[in-house]
Amino acid sequence: MPVWLTEHEYAVLRAACAQMLPSDQGAPGAEEAGVADYIDILLGAFTFDPPRIWAGGPTSGRAGGAPEFAHFHRLSALDELAWRMRIEGSQGLPGREFNGPVIGLQETYRRGLAALGDDFCAADGAEQRRRLRADENFRATLYGHCCEGMYAAPEYGGNRDGVGWSYLGRDGDVQPRGYTDEEVSGP
Amino acid sequence: MTVDAIIVGSGPGGSTAAEVLTRAGWSVVIMEKGRNHLLDPHDLTRPAADYSNDELKFTVRHFLGPDPLVEPRAFRRRADEGEHTHVGEVNSIPSTVGGGGTHADGKVPRFREEDFALLSAYGPQDEANVADWPVTYEELEPYYAEVEKAIGVAGRAGANPFAAWRSGPYPMPPGAPMYGALLSSAAATRLGLHPYEAPTAANSVPYDGRPACNNCGFCSYFGCPIHAKGDPVALLTTTMATGRAELMAETYVSRLRIEGRRAKGVDYIGPDGVEHSMDAKVVIVAGGAIETPRLLLLSGLEHPALGRHLMVHFQTIVVGHFQDLRLHPYKGRSVTHVHDDAMVQDERSRAAAVEAGLPWIRGGMVEHAGGGFLIGSARHMPWGKAHAQAMRDSTFDDRMWAFIMQGEDLAYPTNAVDLSPSIRDARGFPVARITYRPGRHELAASGHHGKILLGVLEEMGADWTILHSSPGVEEAGLGSSPLPESRHVIGTARMGDDPATSVVDRWGRVHTLDNVVVADSSVFVTSAGYGPTLTLVALSSRAAHHLAGSAPG
Repeated sequence: MPVWLTEHEYAVLRAACAQMLPSDQGAPGAEEAGVADYIDILLGAFTFDPPRIWAGGPTSGRAGGAPEFAHFHRLSALDELAWRMRIEGSQGLPGREFNGPVIGLQETYRRGLAALGDDFCAADGAEQRRRLRADENFRATLYGHCCEGMYAAPEYGGNRDGVGWSYLGRDGDVQPRGYTDEEVSGP
Repeated sequence: MTVDAIIVGSGPGGSTAAEVLTRAGWSVVIMEKGRNHLLDPHDLTRPAADYSNDELKFTVRHFLGPDPLVEPRAFRRRADEGEHTHVGEVNSIPSTVGGGGTHADGKVPRFREEDFALLSAYGPQDEANVADWPVTYEELEPYYAEVEKAIGVAGRAGANPFAAWRSGPYPMPPGAPMYGALLSSAAATRLGLHPYEAPTAANSVPYDGRPACNNCGFCSYFGCPIHAKGDPVALLTTTMATGRAELMAETYVSRLRIEGRRAKGVDYIGPDGVEHSMDAKVVIVAGGAIETPRLLLLSGLEHPALGRHLMVHFQTIVVGHFQDLRLHPYKGRSVTHVHDDAMVQDERSRAAAVEAGLPWIRGGMVEHAGGGFLIGSARHMPWGKAHAQAMRDSTFDDRMWAFIMQGEDLAYPTNAVDLSPSIRDARGFPVARITYRPGRHELAASGHHGKILLGVLEEMGADWTILHSSPGVEEAGLGSSPLPESRHVIGTARMGDDPATSVVDRWGRVHTLDNVVVADSSVFVTSAGYGPTLTLVALSSRAAHHLAGSAPG
C-alpha cells in the first residue's frame, strides 16, 4: 500500500519513474531502486512520527557503527512549517502565505500524474515518454526526485539495498570506517 | 537579568567571542536562530551525533538551515531591475548552532600583509572604495596564532612561498593529499605555479580530544560526523565547560533595543514563539555579513555605509574531463591543495590589467577540487536510457577535476544588503535583499586567471575543459545564474577610523553605539582572495580580548 498516493496514482508514478531511470544493460533503474516509494514517502512524510525528513546520524551501520540513520530527527515548529508548506502547500492558511500562496508537492504530483492520463500504464514506452515531455515543469520535478530516490540513503525509501550506489562502485556513507590515507592519495 | 554579553549568532565569530569572554570571567548568553545539531543536548560540553554521510539531508533538505521557504532572501543584480528578480536561497550560510563553520570544509588560510593595506599597496580603482584596514597583519598575528591553536589547524609552514610571516608552526601537519590534487599540483608546478597543502581546520592527528579525520569525503557542505573539524565545535565546547555561558538555540533576535548611544539589550522570539527581552552590558552581533546588517537595520541603526560594500568572492570555475583517470574526489577532505599565484602580480597580470583599462587586477586563492556527489551529478545527466551510462562515465564526478578561484571582490557601494520592501520571513520580519553583480575588475581578473587555469588542466591531461563563473555573467558568456554560489559574504559593516565612512571602529565597535560590537566578516574592509573564516575569527578574538582587557595566548 502506498503511503500517500492512491493505488492508481502509485502505479502511474512507478511507470513514469521507470521511464525516467530505466533499467539498462545490467544497471538497475527506478524500479529496482524503489524510486516511486521514495517519492510516495516524501509526499506522506508527515504520516510518520517523527516525519521522514531527516535521517539520523552519525552512522547507518553499513560501514560499521549502529543503524542510526533509521532514527529520524524531530522537527522544530519552524521546520515543520517549512516542510508542511513544501509538501502540503499553503492551502489558504495565513500562517503559510506570508509571501503569497505556495503550491505543495502533493498537489503538484496529484495534478501531474493525472495529466499523464488514466491509461498511462497501458501506453507503450514511446507514448509514455511523449506524455512526460508535455509538461516540462512536472518532468523536471519528477526527475529531480528520481535522482534523489536513486542515489540518496536507503533509509529515505529509495535506493533499495544500495543498488544506486553499487552499480557505480560507490560506497554511499562510509562512517565510521572512512578511507585510509592510501586510498585517498593513491590511484 | 543583565548578563555581561549577549552574543547574536553561534558561528565561528560568535563562538570565538564567547570563548574569549568566558575565559576572562564574563557571563555570556549565545542566541542562535537555528537548531542545535552540534552539541549534545544532554551535555553541551560534548559534540552531538547528528551529522552523517547523507547527501540528501545536507545538500537538498536544508538540515543546517536556513530553509528558504520560511527564511528566504531577495536578490537582484542592479537597483534598476526593480524590487527583486529572485526570492529564495541566496548566499545561504548555515543557520544552526555553529553557523558557517559546520558546513565549511575547513580551509582556513590567513590573509597576507598587503591584504590589510590594499590602497597603499595597489592604489585606488574607479567605481570601488578601495581602502586600507585600520588593523595590520602584525597586530592580528597573535590572534591568528591563538585561534589556529584553539580550532586545530593542519598545515605546513613554508609550503606557500607567498604566505605572510608566522610566529610559530601550524598545530598539526597536513592531512592525506587527495590523488587528484597530487596530479593537479604536479601539473601546476610544471607550469611555474606554487601549489601547497591547504591550511585546514580538520584534524590530521587526534587533537584536543577529537579524532583525526578519516577521509570520509563528506566535508564541504556537511557537518563532520566525527567532529574532526574543529571550527567552531572546539570553541563552543570550551565555552560551555566554563559554566559561564548559556546557549539559546532556536532563538531569533528581532531587534537590538537601542537607547541613545547604547543597546540596552535585545528582543528575541524563543522556541515558544513568544517575544521576550533580555538586557546585557554588551551586545555582540555575529550573524554574518548578510544577517548582521539586516539586524542592525531592523534595529533602526542608520549609517550610509551600513549594508554597503557587500563582497562575495567572484568564483572562476574551470573544469576538466579525464577519460582515462578515476580521480575518486569523494575520498578525502574535499580540497587538500590550493595555490596563491593569482594573487601575486606578474608581467602577465599587469598586461591583462592594462588591456582591461584597470590599474591592477587581483585574483584569489585557487582550490584544487574534485567533482560532486551522486544526487548532484545525476541532476546534470539525461533522463531515460542514456542516464545509467552517463552516470557510469562519471563526467561530473570521478573523471572530473576542477579549479575554483575565490576571486577578490572589490568593495562597490552599489553591491549591498538592505531590507526587502515586501518579502517577509515566517516570523513576519523583512528579509535581507541582496543587490550584487561583479564589476570590471572581477571580470578582468577572472578572464585572465581562468585562461591560466585552463592551461593547467590541459597540462594535467584533460581531454576537454570548460570555463565558467559564479555568478554567471551573460555578457561575458560565463555561466547562466546571476546568483552567486559563493558562501563567503563580506564587508557590509565596514571597519575604519572615520565614523563618516565606516560603520565600526578598529575594535569592531559600532561608532555610534558604545556597547555594540560586530564580530563577523561584515567588518572586513577588503575581501582578499581567501576564505574569510580565520580572519573573522582572529578579529573576533581581538575584539573580545579588547573588551575583556585580556591578552591572546
